[in-house]
Formats: sequence, structure tokens, C-alpha cells
Amino acid sequence: MSPVADAPPRLAGEREQTQARRQLGTWRTVGAILRKELLVELRTLESVPAMTLFSLTTFVVFHFALNRSSVEGDLGAGILWVTLLFASILGVNRLFVADAEEGGFDGFLLAPVDRSAMLIAKALTLAAYLVALEIVALPAFSLLLLGTPLGPALPGLLLTLVLADLGVAVIGTLIAAMAVRTRARDLLGPLLALPLFVPIVIGAARATAPLLSDSHPTWPAARWLGTLGLYDLLFGLIAYALFDFLLED
Amino acid sequence: MSALEVEGLARHYGEREALGGVSLTLETGRTLVVFGPNGAGKTTLLRILATLLRPHAGSVRVLGASIPDESWAIRGRVGLLGHEPLLYRELSPEQNLSYHARLHGIGHERVEEVLDAVAISARAGEAVRNLSRGMVQRVAVARAVLHEPDLLLLDEPYANLDPAALELVAPLIGPGSGCTRVICSHDPGGGLAEADLVLGLREGRAELLRSAGELTPGEITELYR
Repeated sequence: MSPVADAPPRLAGEREQTQARRQLGTWRTVGAILRKELLVELRTLESVPAMTLFSLTTFVVFHFALNRSSVEGDLGAGILWVTLLFASILGVNRLFVADAEEGGFDGFLLAPVDRSAMLIAKALTLAAYLVALEIVALPAFSLLLLGTPLGPALPGLLLTLVLADLGVAVIGTLIAAMAVRTRARDLLGPLLALPLFVPIVIGAARATAPLLSDSHPTWPAARWLGTLGLYDLLFGLIAYALFDFLLED
Repeated sequence: MSALEVEGLARHYGEREALGGVSLTLETGRTLVVFGPNGAGKTTLLRILATLLRPHAGSVRVLGASIPDESWAIRGRVGLLGHEPLLYRELSPEQNLSYHARLHGIGHERVEEVLDAVAISARAGEAVRNLSRGMVQRVAVARAVLHEPDLLLLDEPYANLDPAALELVAPLIGPGSGCTRVICSHDPGGGLAEADLVLGLREGRAELLRSAGELTPGEITELYR
């Protein structure tokens, strides 16, 4: 039988009265995490500047390597999406590093909150990084490689960006959460993420190609937008089902 | 009422047994001090009680909830002060505590209250990475008690604290806190002074489990030989 200490209990009755347990709604938790993520990024400037610099450098490299005054259609769309997806890998790799190295996971797991809130908040964080990247990268792409303003293509391109960013954000968050607790996380993240990003590259590039046509830009084909939307939904559900297990011991 | 009921607890890391056959009962409001050399399983025990690690065998009840099946029921009732301060280095103490306060559904006035209590208010806006280790430990204490937990799990809580800081944190995590406490310590004299019950671990096994009044510091030092 286990021994039990025989000193009198010191628990004050008032403690129980003040211990009205607080259970935060999921969206308030998402807001708390998102706010913290953006504060950390603003203080460190680790992810967005690196992603942006990478994409700008890549466009400059393509500009000189292709030795053409402008690109259009499939080629332009391919360059744009491959560059954006590789740039996004930099953000994916850093997404959970502070949580893993500074005890953020433990602090979160000790709180009485819905764990899915971290998935949603991290995906929104990555989506915000992608939007910041694209605000700089799209004008640079237009200037260095298109040779024409993006104006007419913009509505269709924005829709494609939203659908592609959602997919990258959800898959990136899932992969980052899987990779961050391994010793080879910098290697494992890209190795796992890139194959899953391939359908997004295909869908986004096919949807974007007609928008970048020199002769007569046309609206993206509905089937490619639909493919992107379905892929987002599929991985949204997979991530929601798996994320709790990734946070578990 | 028992705050902790542990029976035959075991936990492995791969092939290595970190804890095996540990059993104890701790009444509400009392203090268990865990002694043992490095690698004895103290931190593993604390992390299991905090619901951060799953037990691999045995039964564990914390504040009446069975771990891991009912872990959700005690989240928010446990305060953990481990080796890591669980603070984001780039954020300030105020930002870190505000984040934790939001996770626990606590108002900002409580953040100010605990920052005052550990005398960090004057530097509450600086990044944690710019603070000394002692100051970081004080902020970590403030984080651990921010949500007024029922159970405090403290891993060498007085490390890096000077005598003045020890006085500051005493009302928060000391015997006067009113919490049930589990403290990991390497200080036989200081640990015994705080303990109601003592657990001595060696290589994951409970070598000693007795009321504090029955023990001398010398008997605890034997654990380390």
C-alpha cells in the first residue's frame, strides 16, 4: 500500500470558489494563437522576408536565364507557381520551430482549449505569409517576366491564388507539424510537402495559363478551379482528423 | 481527497525504461518532493502528471481524472514549471503572459497582478531573450501560476533565483500557495523542509517513499551514491 503523508491539507476553500473553469471557444483560441504568431514574425522577421527574397531572386534568375523579353501562357504560369511553392517551403519549415524549441507546444497543451485551434491558426498564419509574399512577388513577376501589367488577369489570378494558398497553408501546416519533432525536420518538411504540392502546382498553373496569354487572356477553366477547391477540402478534412494525434506524445 | 493516485506507473523511451512500477498517493493540498540523480525519471513523472506524456503501464489519477483518458478534464487546473520556461524568447513577458491568459480565458488584470508579484513589471515590455536567467525564471513562475492552478508541478523551481527572488516567488509556489505541489529537487535540506511526502527515484524505480518527518537529509543524499 502506498504511504500517504499525514500533514493537514492546506487547500483553502476559497480556491475552489475562484476556480470557475474557463473553456475558450475555438475561434477565440485561434485569435490568440494567430496574434502571437504575427507578433513573433514581426519581431523576428524570419519567414516572410526570406520567402519574398527567394521569390524575387528566382524571378531575376529566370529573367536572365531565359533571355527573353517576356514569357506568357504555360511557361509564365509554370515559373510563377513553381517559384511561389518553393518560396512557401521556407515558411513551412519555420512554422512550428519556435513552438518546438521554446516550449510553445507544452504551453498550448496545458491549456483547456480545442487543439484544432492550433491547426486553424497555423494555417491562417501561413496563408497570411503567402499573401504578404504575393503582394511583393506578383508585381515583380509582372515587371521582370511578363512585360505587360497584370491588370486584366488580376480577378482570375486572385481567385486562383486564394484556392492555391488555402491548399498550401493546410498541407504545409500538416507537414510542418509532422516534421518539426523529428531530428531531420529541415529535410523532411520539403520532402513530404513537395509531392503533396504537385497537384496544386498543376491546378494553379493550368488555371493561370490562359490568364497570362498575350493574345486574348481568358478566365481560368472551371475544372482547374474546382480541382483546387476539392484538393483543399480533402486535405482540410485529413488535417482536421490527424492534427490532434500529431500534437499527442 | 487524493490529488494524485499513481499505481504501477511505467513509461519507456524506446527500449529504455524511464519509470517502472511507481506507486504513490498524495492528498490534496500537500507537497510531494521527488529526489533522484539525473536521469532517474523525475521529469518524466512530472510530464505524465501534467498530461504531456502518456503512461505506458499502470494507472494514474490526477485531481480525480484518469490519465490519459480524461486528461481534458484537468487541463487548466495544472501549473507546470519545468526546465524550459515555456516562454517565447522574442516576445516580452507581458506578451507571453497575455498569450497564456487568452488561452486560459483570463483577463489582462491578472497578467499585471502576477508580473507585479514577481517584480518584472518594469521590464515587462522587453524581449525575454534580453532578460537574465533569474528574471526569466521569475516570469516562468508567473506563467505557471497565472491561471491559479490546483496542482503545481515544479522541476527545480528555485534554480537561478537569488534570495530576494526566492522571497518574491514564495507566496506563489511555496507552501503558502495553497496548491497541491509536486517538486523535483536536488537539495535534500531545502526539499525536505517543503515536503509532506518524499519520493526517491533511481533509474526509474521508487527506492524511497516515506513521510518527510521520517527522513533525514543524509538518507536522501544516499540516493545519489
